[in-house]
Amino acid sequence: MTDSKYFTTTKKGEIFELKAELNSDKKEKKKEAVKKVIASMTVGKDVSALFPDVVNCMQTDNLELKKLVYLYLMNYAKSQPDMAIMAVNTFVKDCEDPNPLIRALAVRTMGCIRVDKITEYLCEPLRKCLKDEDPYVRKTAAVCVAKLHDINAQLVEDQGFLDTLKDLISDSNPMVVANAVAALSEIAESHPNSNLLDLNPQTINKLLTALNECTEWGQIFILDCLANYTPRDDRESQSICERVTPRLSHANSAVVLSAVKVLMKFMEMLPKDLDYYGTLLKKLAPPLVTLLSAEPELQYVALRNINLIVQRRPEILKHEMKVFFVKYNDPIYVKLEKLDIMIRLASQANIAQVLAELKEYATEVDVDFVRKAVRAIGRCAIKVEQSAERCVSTLLDLIQTKVNYVVQEAIVVIKDIFRKYPNKYESVIATLCENLDSLDEPEARAAMIWIVGEYAERIDNADELLESFLEGFHDESTQVQLQLLTAIVKLFLKKPTETQELVQQVLSLATQDSDNPDLRDRGYIYWRLLSTDPVAAKEVVLAEKPLISEETDLIEPTLLEELICHIGTLASVYHKPPSAFVEGSRGVQHKRLPGSAGSGESVESPDTGSAAGVPDAPPAVIPSQGDLLGDLLNLDLTPPATSGPPPPATSGLQLGAMDLLGGGLDSLMGAGFGAPPAATAAPFSAPVSGGLDDLFDLGGGVGMPMGAYSPPKTVWLPAMKGKGLEISGTFARRGGVIQMEMTLTNKAMSVMTDFAIQFNRNSFGLAPAGPLQVLTPLSPNQSIEVSLPLSTVGPVMKMDPLNNLQVKPTL
Amino acid sequence: MIHSLFLVSHSGDIFLEKHWKSVISRSVCDYFLEAKEKAGDPENVSPVLRTPHHYIISIYRDKLFFVSVTLTEVPPLFVIEFLHRVADTFQDYFGECSESVIKDNTVTVYELLEEMLDNGFPLATESNVLKEMIRPPNILRSVVNTLTGGSNVGGTLPTGQLSNVPWRRAGVKYTNNEAYFDVIEEIDAILDKSGTTVFAEIQGVIEACVKLTGMPDLTLSFMNPRLLDDVSFHPCVRFKRWESERVLSFIPPDGNFRLMSYHVSSQNLVAIPVYVKQNISFLETGSCGRLDITIGPKQTMGKMVESLMVTIPMPKSVLSVNLTATQGTYTFDVTTKVLLWDIGKLNPQKLPNLKGSLSTQTGAPKPEENPSLNIDLKIQQLAISGLKVSRLDMYGEKYKPFKGVKYVTKAGKFQVRT
Repeated sequence: MTDSKYFTTTKKGEIFELKAELNSDKKEKKKEAVKKVIASMTVGKDVSALFPDVVNCMQTDNLELKKLVYLYLMNYAKSQPDMAIMAVNTFVKDCEDPNPLIRALAVRTMGCIRVDKITEYLCEPLRKCLKDEDPYVRKTAAVCVAKLHDINAQLVEDQGFLDTLKDLISDSNPMVVANAVAALSEIAESHPNSNLLDLNPQTINKLLTALNECTEWGQIFILDCLANYTPRDDRESQSICERVTPRLSHANSAVVLSAVKVLMKFMEMLPKDLDYYGTLLKKLAPPLVTLLSAEPELQYVALRNINLIVQRRPEILKHEMKVFFVKYNDPIYVKLEKLDIMIRLASQANIAQVLAELKEYATEVDVDFVRKAVRAIGRCAIKVEQSAERCVSTLLDLIQTKVNYVVQEAIVVIKDIFRKYPNKYESVIATLCENLDSLDEPEARAAMIWIVGEYAERIDNADELLESFLEGFHDESTQVQLQLLTAIVKLFLKKPTETQELVQQVLSLATQDSDNPDLRDRGYIYWRLLSTDPVAAKEVVLAEKPLISEETDLIEPTLLEELICHIGTLASVYHKPPSAFVEGSRGVQHKRLPGSAGSGESVESPDTGSAAGVPDAPPAVIPSQGDLLGDLLNLDLTPPATSGPPPPATSGLQLGAMDLLGGGLDSLMGAGFGAPPAATAAPFSAPVSGGLDDLFDLGGGVGMPMGAYSPPKTVWLPAMKGKGLEISGTFARRGGVIQMEMTLTNKAMSVMTDFAIQFNRNSFGLAPAGPLQVLTPLSPNQSIEVSLPLSTVGPVMKMDPLNNLQVKPTL
Repeated sequence: MIHSLFLVSHSGDIFLEKHWKSVISRSVCDYFLEAKEKAGDPENVSPVLRTPHHYIISIYRDKLFFVSVTLTEVPPLFVIEFLHRVADTFQDYFGECSESVIKDNTVTVYELLEEMLDNGFPLATESNVLKEMIRPPNILRSVVNTLTGGSNVGGTLPTGQLSNVPWRRAGVKYTNNEAYFDVIEEIDAILDKSGTTVFAEIQGVIEACVKLTGMPDLTLSFMNPRLLDDVSFHPCVRFKRWESERVLSFIPPDGNFRLMSYHVSSQNLVAIPVYVKQNISFLETGSCGRLDITIGPKQTMGKMVESLMVTIPMPKSVLSVNLTATQGTYTFDVTTKVLLWDIGKLNPQKLPNLKGSLSTQTGAPKPEENPSLNIDLKIQQLAISGLKVSRLDMYGEKYKPFKGVKYVTKAGKFQVRT
C-alpha cells in the first residue's frame, strides 16, 4: 500500500471532498483525509483553506493523527494566526500529559509555530518542560528555547530562559547537555558579545564528560563549543587534547573534523619539545587520510580543510602524498582540490613521483583539470629548485603536443619560471616563439609578450614579433596592451636604433587613442621618462626585478590562523573569514590561535595588537601570478629596495598595503619632470599615506567595543600641496559607525566655499554615508571640525589598497 | 543549522520540500539548478554553494539530489553526513531510494524527516529508534491496521533514546540467537602503463548482523590487530578497550549495522590480485585503432577471482569496436562510449583476452587522452590485508549464540592507466 493514492484526486471539488472527509465521524477516514492533506502540502499545493477542519482533528488520542495535524499546523499557522490560537489549549493540555513523548512533542511543535500570539502561551509550558523529570522532555525543551529566541529574542531574555539553558549544561544526562550547548551556540551567533557560553574549567570538564556519552551529533556541537575555549596553560591544553583524541576514530566524519579543529588549536599551546606533541602530530594523519575514502562530497570538504592544515603544519601529511593522487572518475571538484594539495606537499623527496603524476593528468579529458595540472608543473619548478630542469623539459614535451590550451598554459608558467630562475632556461625561447600564432588567450599572449620584451636582446626578430601584435592593438585586452607597451619600451631601451618608430607608435596608441586610464598613465610615464632622462628610464624600466616567491598562493598567515580556528565550518570551505560572508555579523569575533606557552611568544589579540604596531614576523607580500603581470608599479617601476614597509598584521582583512602612488611614484614623478601632471588640473589628489595606517586600525577594530581607541589626527594634506587648505584627520568608530574626522584649516588668503568629498574606489568599500557637512564659508586662518560618517557598502576594488582621497574646495 | 531540505530529481524537478524553521521559497534552488546546469555531469555539482542570502549544501545519491539550505554558519560535514543518513534511512525503509518510491510514501517520508531533525538539530537518526517510532510500510501491517484501527506510529517513548546505549532497544527477543560478521575489503589502486603500482590502499569494513536476545555484551578479537592503525568505530565500541587491548568490546545494536571501518594505507604493501597487459593505440591517420587486453592472476593467495569485469570509457571520437573475447562477453555503448567486458571467473590456465580494432570518426584528430581501465572483481573467503578474526565472546546473557564470520575482497576504485 502506498501513499500515491493521496495524489489521485485532482478533480475540481478536491478541497470540498477533503473537507467532508475531515469532518467524518469515522476515525480511520479522518486519518486518511489528513494524510491526503499532508501529501498535497508536501508537493507545494495550497491546502490552507482546510485549516479549521484539520485543527478540529487535533483533539484525539491517536498519536499518528496528532502528529499529522501538528505537521500541518507548523506549515500553515503563520498564514492563519487567528485560527492557530484555537490550537493553543490542546497544546497546553498535551504539555501536562503523563506520556513524556506527548509532552515533548507538544512543546516541540509549539516552538515551531511562528506566531507571536502563540509564543506568549508557550512560556509557561516551556518553563515546566525545561525542569521536567524526563530527560527526553528536557532535551527537547532546550532546543525549543533556541526556536523561541529566533522568533522573539527579547521574550527569551525577559523570561530568564537563557539562565535555565545555561544550567542545563550541568545536567546529568549527556543528551540534554549536548542540546543545551547546541541551542546556546545558535543563540550566541546572533549575540556575538553576549558571552553566553561562559567557558571555565568546570564547564569544560562537564562537556568533556558528556562528550563520551552523547550522540554523534551532540559530539559535534560539544567539540565546536570546546574549540572556543582558551586553556589557561599547556597542561590543561594537553589534558583536553588527550580526552578529545579518541573522537578521531569516530565513524562520523563531522565528529572527526571537529576533533581535528580542537586539536589543531590547542596544539599551539603545547611546547614543541614535548613528547606528547609529536604523538599528537602522528595521530592526526590517519583520520585525515580516512576522510578521503568517504563519499565525494565529504572528500571535498575534507580536502578544503586539509589544504589549510598542510599550510599550517605540513609535517602532518608529508608522507601521505599518494592518497592525493587523482582517480580518473573523481568528480572535478575533488580533482582540483587534490591537485592543489599535491603541490603544497611537493618536496625534493617526492618530486619525481609528483611530476610523473602531473604529466599523466595533462593528457586527461577535462580541460579545466588539464590546465591546472600544467600550471601545477610550473609551480613545482618554482617550489623545488632541484626539479626545475625536469619540469621545464616536461613542459616542453607538453608544448610539442600542440594541444592549444596546454601550450597556452605552459607558456604562462614558463614565464614564471624565468622570473624565478633568470638566465637559466632561456634556451627554450625559440620553441616558445614557434607557437606565437596559436595563442589566443590574453594571459598567454601577455606572458609571451613579456618574455619577448624581457629577452629582446636575445631574440633576433623581437621587433617583428612585437610589431605583429601591434596591428590589432585596440582589440587586445588591457592586460595584453599594458604588457605590449612595456615590452616595446624595453625593446627600445635595449635596441634604440632600429625601434624608434615602433616605440613612438605604441606610445601614441596608448596615450592618444586609448580610453583606458591605466594604459594612458603608463604611456605618459614612459613617454616623459624617455624624453626627459633616458638613463633614468633605463634604470627604472630595466631594473633588476625581485625574484618571485616560492609558494605562489599561500593564504596570508593571519587569515590562515583565523581559518584554522574555523576548521570544519563554511569559512574553511570558502577560505574566507566568516566576517566576509556571514550576513549581519559585523561583530563577528575574529578567532586567533592561542600562543604557545613553551616558547613564551605572546600573540597579541587583533583588537589591541594593530595599534601596537609591527608584529614579530611581518608577513611576506606574495603577489599572485596574475597580479605580477598586470601591475606596472609593482613589477616594472618600483626598485626592489623600496617595495614598501611590511604591512602590520591585521585581523581578517588582508591588507598587503603599500601606498605606491603616495610613496614611490610621487617622488619619482617629482624628480623626473617637475610638476606632477595632476597639478595642472583643478582637483588635486592628496595621497593619504598617513591615513592608510590609520585604516589598519579601522580594520582591526571591527570587533572592538564602542568608544575604543582611535588614533590621533595626522596631517593628510599639508597646506603647501593643498593650495592653502590643510586637512588633518583620523578614522574613528562611534556608535558602531565608522567616522572620518577631519580638521580643515584655511591657510590661504581667500575664503573657501563649497566643500565636497569624493572617495576613490577602495578595497574596503568605504564610501561617505552622508554628504560632507561644512559650514561654509571658511575664512582665512579659520579651522573647522568635520565628521563624516562612512559606510562600507561602496564599490569595492579588489586590488592592492590604494586609498586616495580627493577633497575639492572651490576657491 | 539545517533550515530546509529539497529533493531534486536527476532532471531538475523539485519534488519534495521540508522546512524545519521558517519557510524558504523554493526559488532558492534556482542557484542550485544553475550550478547543476553549468556542471554538466550531475556528479560534478560542487557540494557547497553560496548564494547572496543562503548556503546550499547538497549530495548526489541514487540519481537524486538532496539539497539542504542553511542561513547560518554550520559545519558542512555535519550537513553532508546528515543528508547521507537521510538517504540511508529511505533505503532502509523503502528498499530503495528513488523519486517514485519517495512519492509513493510521502507521508512516511515527511514523518521521518520531522522525527530526524528538530529546528535543524538532529533528533533521532538511529534506524532502530526511528523504526520504533515510525513503522516501515509493510503490506501485512496495513491490512492489520485497517482491521484493528492501529497506527503506523509508535505510542511510547523509544526505550533506547535515553539509556546509555541509545542504539539498542530494550526487550529484544529471538528464538534463534545469531551473530554474523562480514569482513569486506576493497582495494583502491592505480597501476601505471607498465603495471607498476602507483598507489594502492585497502578500505575495509566489518558489517554485522546481530540478532541476540536481551543485552548481550560482545568482544571480538583479531589474530593480527596490529594491521589496524587507522580505524573508525560505530559509537557502540568501547574505545578504551581498543586502545589498551586491541579488542572490540561492545553492546551491539539490534539488526544490521557497520561495526567498524578501517584503512590499510599505502605505507604497507598492498597485494594486487590481478595483472593487466594492455595495449590501446590509435593511428595518426586512417581513423582506426587497436586494442589488446589480457588479464592474469597475480597475488590471489590461492583463491579464485570471480565477477571480473573491465570498464573502459573510450574517447568521444570512437564510433564502434570490432573485438573478440576469448572469455565472457563485451558491450560497447555508442552514446556513453563505454566499453564493458564482463569476464566472470578468472581461469589461471587460460587467460582471458580481448582483442580487435576500434574505428574512429573519419577526419577527427587522433584522441589526445588515453582511456583508463576500471577493474571490478571479487574474491570470496579472503581479506586481502590478511586480517583475521580470532574469536567472539559474549557476556551478560546465558544462551549460546550461533556465530559466523565471512570474508570477501572486492575491487574498489581499481584503475589501470594506458
